[in-house]
Order: sequence, then structure tokens, then C-alpha cells
Amino acid sequence: MLELRDVQVVFDGFRALDGVNLTVPEGELRFLIGPNGAGKTTLIDVVTGLTRPAAGNVRFAGQDLVGRKEHQIVRLGVGRTFQTSVVFEELTVVENLDLAASFRKPLWALTRRRRGVSEAVADALARTGLEALADRPAGVLSHGQRQWLEIGMLLAQRPRLLLLDEPVAGMSKDERERTGELLTAIAADHTVVVVEHDMDFLRRHASTVTVLHEGRVLVEGSVDEVSADPRVQEVYLGRRADDAVGERS
Amino acid sequence: MIRRHLPFAAVAVVALVAAPLLLEPFRLGLLAKYLCYAIVALGIGLAWGKGGMLTLGQGVFFGLGGYSMAMYLKLTEAEGGLPDFMVWSGVEELPALWVPFANPVFAMSMAVLGPVILAVVLGTLVFRQRVRGAYFAILTQALAAAMVILLVGQQGLTGGTNGMTNFFELFGQDLAEDSTQRGLYLVVAGVLGVLYLGTRQLVNSRYGRLLVAVRDGEDRVRFLGYDPALVKTVTFAASAGMAGLAGALFVPVVGIISPALLGVVPSLELVVAVAVGGRHVLAGAVLGAVVMGYAKTAFSEQFADGWLYLQGALFILVMTLASKGIAGVAQTVAGRLRSARAT
Repeated sequence: MLELRDVQVVFDGFRALDGVNLTVPEGELRFLIGPNGAGKTTLIDVVTGLTRPAAGNVRFAGQDLVGRKEHQIVRLGVGRTFQTSVVFEELTVVENLDLAASFRKPLWALTRRRRGVSEAVADALARTGLEALADRPAGVLSHGQRQWLEIGMLLAQRPRLLLLDEPVAGMSKDERERTGELLTAIAADHTVVVVEHDMDFLRRHASTVTVLHEGRVLVEGSVDEVSADPRVQEVYLGRRADDAVGERS
Repeated sequence: MIRRHLPFAAVAVVALVAAPLLLEPFRLGLLAKYLCYAIVALGIGLAWGKGGMLTLGQGVFFGLGGYSMAMYLKLTEAEGGLPDFMVWSGVEELPALWVPFANPVFAMSMAVLGPVILAVVLGTLVFRQRVRGAYFAILTQALAAAMVILLVGQQGLTGGTNGMTNFFELFGQDLAEDSTQRGLYLVVAGVLGVLYLGTRQLVNSRYGRLLVAVRDGEDRVRFLGYDPALVKTVTFAASAGMAGLAGALFVPVVGIISPALLGVVPSLELVVAVAVGGRHVLAGAVLGAVVMGYAKTAFSEQFADGWLYLQGALFILVMTLASKGIAGVAQTVAGRLRSARAT
């Protein structure tokens, strides 16, 4: 479904991504981990059109994504969230979701007033458990609720591929728990890629994990395989870091 | 439903029935002028208040509308000959640009379409390049300055610094007659009312929500699958069209159009008026234009040079103490009253 081939991204001479190959088959819940600066967010940026790769190509459902604009990629069915959630504070929760659900309508059709709540919006409200807050402005939501609203907006878009950038960052333990359940439910009928730092969260909810390190894919496999891999331990614990660099080059 | 339309209906009755009956012709003419400015202000309220596009060059669009109308009026009065100012400037043949403006339908359409086309071209160029904020504001202001230079420089084509004046009739009606001026007032008030309702509908629709979203998080909107450049261009064009229409109405009401009426200063004055009235609410923008227009006249009648200082002081006062303007203060007071009654 999603395929990256030899993707390179260079920022002022720094190789943020250095020949990444990644394949995510349809229906998979894929976790993307790696230490700071490994290129996780850059990878999502490349897929969603925010960053243009210096080389390589990105294909989604048979379409080339490189060179397309952000909103065109969304229209192909790729949705994302951001590390720092951005919701529209002046609009209510329902309006935020409704906006996310309406992008397939032509512009002139948007000049009508919204009547009621569409099926996609109702579904997103129910899944994220934000029904009670539906008509409150999004500005009053707590940090955790904002993240859920953002996931809800992503669901309301009805994308085929969801890219979540650190969905549990800054959340309390309970909130993490709920987000994990939400994620599992979403993964049942979507293809999902999650960037996450939190190893605990990973152990509980991940099936397949890709480890990125210094702009390259280090290992790919199940949680157990990956956490048992000595190279991953080196990267995360910093042991024999010099040797690790030596091995790679 | 009825409650929501009640304030609008009350204002409409006052504007359409009471004002023409009670005001002497001179004052009614002034009110018609303020309402023309209010139409421009409505567009600014839409583009700036809702869409976050601080446009400091609405005078350009106002001027395009005004000059379209003025060209038509001059040509009908010249009856196949040359307009008076061209004769004075030594022009011997009617310039090609002027020829189609003898047709009233063409002239009226261009009064709106000219500004819309210019705004679409400008918006497409500027918003695609993701130019926004202060850069956009400066760009529109530069456009207003350039427009004035262009108009002044082309004396034979535009009447130069003096612009165009001495209009005697519109569609066969004598413009000096009180009845004509009253009719014009009603047309201006009617146009403003219709545009207000239309704009309010737009703001309350999904499109209005999208516009607010673009204002508050343009980059996020892209990832919702919308093209913010398109949304902004359409909105900017709508506000330009309103300014053009206002300019066309202004000319027969006030009897003159000149570069001094559409340059940087008048463009800024309208933005100040919208800020004072309250840019977040459409009614605030309209109110601001009328109040500031009235204040300008009233104050200038007493102290000729004091107005600029007062206007500046008012602007600073509003920006520092009540950034949401008169409308914001009214909302706060209404909210307090409501909660006081509830307890």
C-alpha cells in the first residue's frame, strides 16, 4: 500500500533520511521508532508532501506522491496528525470534525449551512468519546482531548492510510490507555503508521515495528524480535555507539 | 429564527423608512456616502475579520468601480463627443479604453468584474506563493499607491489629480434632484442590506468555518484536504467585488471620483473604521464605517484639522483597550447582563 524506495532528504547538508526503504502492506498497524533525530517525523513529512525528498520515490496505492501538494495527497486518502496537535480553537468540536469530513465537496457546495451531523462525524465523535463536548469550542479541550479530536478529524476524513506522529506524547497514564484502545480499534479497519517514543506503549499495542536510526532503517520485525536485537539496544542504550557507526558504513 | 433576524429587520426599517423621512436631503446624502463605505467595510470584515487577510488596498477596487461608473456618466453626458476634461487636456479622439464604457451594462459589469478579476489574478499569484500576514498587507498598500500614481499620470485618460466630477444625470434622472438622491440612497441601503445578508449566510456556512480555519491554521487546513490559496483567493475576490460595487454607487451619490478618494489614506481609514467597529463581527464592520464616517463629518465641521488626530487616537484606544471594537464591547455588556439576569 505504502512504499518508500531509497528516499533521501537533505537539510543543509545534513542527511535526515539516507536511503530509506519501507513497505507497509494494506491493513497493517506499523510502529516507527528510533532515537531523536532518526528521521521519523521527516519520513511522515515526505509521505504527506510537507518535505520534498532529494532522491527516491514514494508510492501509495499505485500513485506517485513525490511532487504532489499536501492537499492533493490528502485527497488520495493519506491523513496525518502532528506532534503538537493543531485544532481550530474558535470552532466547536463538531465543526472541526465536520470540516475534516467535508473536503471532498466542491467549494460552492460548502456555502450551505451545515444541518445536523453527518455519519462520518457521528462515527468519529463516538470513537473518540467526545460526544459530550461536541458543541464546545475546541479551545477549551485538555491536551489529551485535543489529541483525540485530532485523531477524530483524521477518522472523519475517511483516509485509507493514517500517519500518527507521537499520539501519546504528554498524555497521562489513563489517557495513554484510552488512546491505545482507540488505536487498536482504528487499526482493525485502517492501515496505520504510528511514530512513537514510548517503549511501554509500544510493547502493549504494537505488532510490527520499524526502527530508524540516523536516517536509515535499522531493523524491522515484531516487538520481541526488535527489542532483542543487539543493534537496537546499542542505539537506544548508547553502548558501543562508535562501533555501531563503524558497522553501518 | 425570528429572534435572530429581529435586529437586522429593525435596522432595515430605520434605514429604509425612517431615515429618508426624517433626514434633510443634505444629511441623507451624507448617510448614503457612509453606507457606500459600509459596503467596502463589509468586504474588509469578511477578508480581514474572518479570513485574516489584512487588505490595505481596498481603495484600488473601490476606485476601479468608481471610475467605471464615472466613465459611463461622462460618456452619456458628452453625447458622442469627448468628456470635458479630455478637451481641456487636449485629447482629440476618444481613447479605445473608453469606448465600451458608453454601454451601461458593460460599465456596471466592469465596476464589479474589474475588481474581481484583479483580485483573482493577484490572489492566485500571492496566495499560491504563501505570501501572508504583514507581507500581504504591504503588498496591497503598495498597490493602492501605484494605482494613484497611474491615475494621476494618465491625465488625458483619467482626469489626473482632479479625477472626474460634474455629473448631471444617471439613467435619465437629474442627479441634482432630491428625489433622485433619495432613490439613490434607497438603492445603496438596499444593496448593503442584501450584501450583508449574503455575507452573513456565507460566514455561517461551512465555507465560513473553513475561512476561520484558514485564518487560524492555514498549514493545518492543507492536511484536511483543502487548498487554502483557493479559499483565500475566492474570499479576497468577493471583498474586491463589494468594494467595486460600492465605488460605482459612490460616484452618483457624491458626484466625484478622484485619486484622493482611493489611495493609501482612504484605504487605511476604512480598515481603521472596521477595527473600531469590530472586525470579528460583520455588523461591527458596517457600524464602524458609518460611525467613523459620521464622526469625521461632525468633527471636521467643528475643528477642520483635528479629525486625523482623533482618528489616530481612537484607533490606538481601540487596539489597546478593546481589540474587538464596539461590537466586542457590546457583546461583553450583553453577556454580563444576561448572566446578571440569570443569577
